[in-house]
Amino acid sequence: MRYVDEFRDPELIRRASDEIRRLAATGRHYRIMEVCGGHTHAIYRFGLKDILPDNIELIHGPGCPVCVLPMGRIDDGLAVAKSADVVFAAFGDMMRVPGTHGSPFEHKARGADVRIVYSPADALQLARKNPAKHVMFFAIGFETTAPSTALTLMRAKAEDITNFSVFCNHVTIIPAIRAILDSPDMRLDGFIGPGHVSTVIGCRPYEWIAKAEGKPVVTSGFEPLDLLQSIVMLLRQLQAGEARVENQYKRVVPWEGNRAALRAMAEVFQLRPYFEWRGLGFISQSALKIRDEYAEWDSEKKFPIPGTRVTDPKAAQCGEVLKGVLKPAQCKLFGKECTPEHPIGALMVSTEGSCAAYYNYEHRKAAALVTSISSVA
Amino acid sequence: MCLAIPGKIVELAEHLPGEAVLGTVEVAGVRRKVDLGLLKDDMPRTGDWVLIHVGFAMTKISELDALEQMQLLTMLGETEQAMQEVRGYGLEDGVDVKEMRTKTN
Amino acid sequence: MIGKAAVESAAPVVRFRDPQIEMAHGAGGKASRRLVEGLFAPLLYKSANQALGDAAHVNIDGSSLAITTDSFVVKPLQFPGGSIGELAVNGTMNDLAVSGAKGRALVVTFILEEGLPTSVLEREIRAMADALRRAGVAVVGGDTKVVERGKADGMYITTTGIGMLMPQVKIDARSVRVGDKIILSGPIGDHGITILLARGELDLEASLSSDTRCVLPLIEAMVEESGPGIRWMRDPTRGGVATSLNELARDCGLGIVLSEEEIPMRDEVRGACELLGLDPLHIANEGQFLAAVAPEYADAALNALNRTEGGEDAVVIGEVRAEPACAVLVTTRYGGSRIMDMLVGDPLPRIC
Repeated sequence: MRYVDEFRDPELIRRASDEIRRLAATGRHYRIMEVCGGHTHAIYRFGLKDILPDNIELIHGPGCPVCVLPMGRIDDGLAVAKSADVVFAAFGDMMRVPGTHGSPFEHKARGADVRIVYSPADALQLARKNPAKHVMFFAIGFETTAPSTALTLMRAKAEDITNFSVFCNHVTIIPAIRAILDSPDMRLDGFIGPGHVSTVIGCRPYEWIAKAEGKPVVTSGFEPLDLLQSIVMLLRQLQAGEARVENQYKRVVPWEGNRAALRAMAEVFQLRPYFEWRGLGFISQSALKIRDEYAEWDSEKKFPIPGTRVTDPKAAQCGEVLKGVLKPAQCKLFGKECTPEHPIGALMVSTEGSCAAYYNYEHRKAAALVTSISSVA
Repeated sequence: MCLAIPGKIVELAEHLPGEAVLGTVEVAGVRRKVDLGLLKDDMPRTGDWVLIHVGFAMTKISELDALEQMQLLTMLGETEQAMQEVRGYGLEDGVDVKEMRTKTN
Repeated sequence: MIGKAAVESAAPVVRFRDPQIEMAHGAGGKASRRLVEGLFAPLLYKSANQALGDAAHVNIDGSSLAITTDSFVVKPLQFPGGSIGELAVNGTMNDLAVSGAKGRALVVTFILEEGLPTSVLEREIRAMADALRRAGVAVVGGDTKVVERGKADGMYITTTGIGMLMPQVKIDARSVRVGDKIILSGPIGDHGITILLARGELDLEASLSSDTRCVLPLIEAMVEESGPGIRWMRDPTRGGVATSLNELARDCGLGIVLSEEEIPMRDEVRGACELLGLDPLHIANEGQFLAAVAPEYADAALNALNRTEGGEDAVVIGEVRAEPACAVLVTTRYGGSRIMDMLVGDPLPRIC
């Protein structure tokens, strides 16, 4: 097996979508949220909305770590980079995210040493190779990525690499889901649960959603067949009036999670009492900070951090779109002041943010069709 | 957060100071060294498939589970066909479909 | 008439608002287009509506010539499958070829960095000489400058090429019609991924090499069999197939629908793109071209390519439709589809 092509088999996709149509033919309207930005991206990339019946509505959740990062944190990270010897190292996803005074790439154009890394280990390697410079790894991501940052910090400590630190913006997924369910405007039938976060935290952390909130959760893979099969499983539960956590992504997600990864996280990180999420406000116990034992490698302890707070323009309705209350196109700024080329809000900045995904994949399709129709009329 | 892809371990490699274990993983003919530190409780062997995210192996991929899933997916259409046959006989729900099919074949 | 004169003498409007130049402006995508259309065109071009093609056609006393220029700033200078010198020759020859011209002479400019080892320079000159020989063209002049250490990544090369238009073919995006087929000459992504891996920053290994080559022989073969049906061609360099086809869609006002499974690419390109979160349709190619061909000539065009050495992998990847107008749609085997946009800047590896 190669674990990719098999899950894109057109014949099996056809069968799965037939089954979905059959199950969904109840006259009921289903609202299903996919929490994870990677799922949002996959849904658009594979054009899955085209093969789902109209009465299944997919609502995009807040699982996009770039989208929920407050602009002030980017400003703070870049402020540290301004110091001549500090290398700002981050994933490609961060490079075009606008801060108040420009994105990391714009800072690079003005002379800052900004580098793309594919892995926190690459950032540590940069530090090893450049002893005269300090490398600051601007860490983002949910629990999928946090263990890798943790291991990297453990290595930095073991090797006593002193010209390396981490500016930690890791956040946790469960509080975000809680914020969605606590929102009074929310009405959801079920969840497509995070796929890769679950390889670390397992499936147990979602049980309260099924038990206390009565919504089924199916943790899903990222190939078209994975997503379609997850929707089949959700529909079957909904029809049977059940609410359980099921694991569609069994080949990869262990029910109990990855103990070694959780241990590494516990060794290096602790929960912040609260953290600001762009669009969602302050959420308690929702983000990680570096423990005192690793203070030497904590950018926030080594460097003066301005602690900038930037509020989004009132007109930007990122919070409501993040919570799935509004569709991207319903935000007043969507497609006009706020586009992928000049993003105002967080969800337009990352390619997996709902607004950017919608804009790139659907909006242009719809706009182009409208133009064609109106030019024929 | 989410881009993680399957790759096959083609070589288990070096031990860095601090007990890091690296492996070389191959994805469609492209090779990259990945850190196996998160799998220390159940180290993979050469030939195993792992899920890779930001240069770290997150979990081993279970071929058995993958095959089982493929089987379930293949049966999606078939189950419905079989159910229709069963309804055609005027029998109640809850009949063992597999049993019925082997009897009628 | 008074109104027209007033318009023509009005000051050109600079619409480029970016405060400074960034890498994205050189990546061949939206930012590049903004710079050219917003700053260069209003001030430098005579006509505001001048189409921005690969090469310009000029008429000098009745002779139809094509002229083009391109600069090469690749890092590293040498990589599997080629080097900067080869790119410099092939790139300009290809720009001429896809505009329907046979390149006849090149002039070349070198900007050399102080401290560049002569052995490296000589290697590049030899590589250029080989490429010139294979392409059947000569360098007829040039210029050399040396800049201080640190200012040129070793060397930068600019080549300007001039050629005669092939009479059997007339390239014009505005002549593209609904029903035209989109032909791609071969597998995509080899060059861009090779360069990315050769930079050594990503710790990936693959047995890939750049696809740099002069595509003139393939285009000549295609023109001979189906010249009158060839409406448009382009070489998808920076920005990849997605950018080139988006430019066509914009220029002709129609839609282009591609069939994802028809697009050829090597496994290693697919694997590297998956690992890094890149889209192969955005990756640069240096030895491929796209052609929009009238349907009644498409088979002949494709056969001509498949029969010619180097064209065996040429394939129809899509067609021109009325909708979605000015956009490129990619369809999957199972009925899904997505709009394929141009790049904003360089393709970025992503983790999300």
